[in-house]
Amino acid sequence: MELLGQYNYWVVFFLMMTGFYVVIARGNLVAKIVGLNIFQTSVFLLYISMGKVSGGTAPIVADPGSLYSNPLPHVLILTAIVVGVATTALGLALVVRIKEAYGTVEEDEIYAQDDPPHGSAPALAQGSETATADSAGEARR
Amino acid sequence: MQRDFVLRIIAKLLIPYILLFALYVQFHGDFGPGGGFQAGVIFAAGIILYALVNGFEQAVRLVSPRILPPIAAFGVLLYGGVGVVSMLRGGAFLDYNLLAHDPVHGQHYGILLIELGVGITVASIMLTIFYAFMERNR
Amino acid sequence: MTHLIDIVLLTFLVATAIAIVRLNSLFAVVMLFGIYSLITAGVFIALDAVDVAFTEAAVGAGISTVLMLGTLALVGHRQAPQQHSRALPLTVVVITGVVLLWGTADMPRFGDPEAPVHQHVAPRYIQDSPAEVGVPNMVTSVLASYRGFDTLGETAVVFTAGVAVLVLLGRRRRQHRDPGSSGD
Repeated sequence: MELLGQYNYWVVFFLMMTGFYVVIARGNLVAKIVGLNIFQTSVFLLYISMGKVSGGTAPIVADPGSLYSNPLPHVLILTAIVVGVATTALGLALVVRIKEAYGTVEEDEIYAQDDPPHGSAPALAQGSETATADSAGEARR
Repeated sequence: MQRDFVLRIIAKLLIPYILLFALYVQFHGDFGPGGGFQAGVIFAAGIILYALVNGFEQAVRLVSPRILPPIAAFGVLLYGGVGVVSMLRGGAFLDYNLLAHDPVHGQHYGILLIELGVGITVASIMLTIFYAFMERNR
Repeated sequence: MTHLIDIVLLTFLVATAIAIVRLNSLFAVVMLFGIYSLITAGVFIALDAVDVAFTEAAVGAGISTVLMLGTLALVGHRQAPQQHSRALPLTVVVITGVVLLWGTADMPRFGDPEAPVHQHVAPRYIQDSPAEVGVPNMVTSVLASYRGFDTLGETAVVFTAGVAVLVLLGRRRRQHRDPGSSGD
């Protein structure tokens, strides 16, 4: 057990870095939001791991003299999860609007529409088969 | 989706218990695991299951998206209102001790009311968000 | 025994995370994220956080996944192949990860009752809340009573996020049926 004493923290930081990698390496905006959620969940795990007391039990009053885990991290994370889903929904709503304005959710293609290489902007906007080419032009203004 | 009998019948069996369980979690949160946040999410999940199985039109007939934002605002106001009442009774904001003659009873009332406010807000906001995505999908 | 369950579940979690990184289909990624959330809820139970596990199971595995699937239905689950080199993000991630892992060497051992986090306000919550608040579930009494202001703020954040989603995805579409007219 001594050797694995920090195993929780190692896993938490591994997951954190996995989420971070997905956010910076993937170009797709939905994948980025999944990455942010993985990162967020790893932070939850970090807090809950710190609140654990060996031999403790859930912080609901039982027999006198019981050893309880720390309730404070539980409270913080409980509210953070619900706020997290609300903000995730906000991010997904933004992704939906970006799709409608640009016709794509790939980061590179969005950049290409914002900063067209060598003045090919009109050709790009008109050449696009998406129904939202007009709004893409509008969004560029 | 409309023709999937197994799914529809299982959902029909499950949904009342999901909603009932949400109420249990809401009002039993003082004694066991649970509380307003969980109850709100479970309640919303029950309605979302109904919407996924029976389609958007049916779900709108059950819970109209138009009434949800006022309900959500009511939840936040209920929470804040408990704080204001405790101020009017001469205490600090959200000091539940003054809500009843006995401080521990006051705490009970305060916790019950603010958990109810949280539950109402969370349930209606989760449903609002879900409806917003559903509406775009049509 | 609890530690063993904890270690096994965490290993599952790592495997799921690696699969999420390696898979290319967004549909699979979102479904795996639902599984990931459910395993996280299991870990929370092993770590005594029953209320948190409850919330995570309902929110992460339930509502988050449904919302992500709804988004995929709108934006498509095609993901462009990666064009950039993976060397730079991988380097950044490995360096940051090594620094963080190095930091764990100074952290208190997992489950240590003497850790600083258990010395500040937590003993008071555990000892006095049954008498002061009269609610057996300490998480509820801390959430609703001791940290009532905090929870009011969180509720307001949830409300604001919901209103913001309505502003972004509002029901403007209803009036004019034309699917292409996202402008006015």
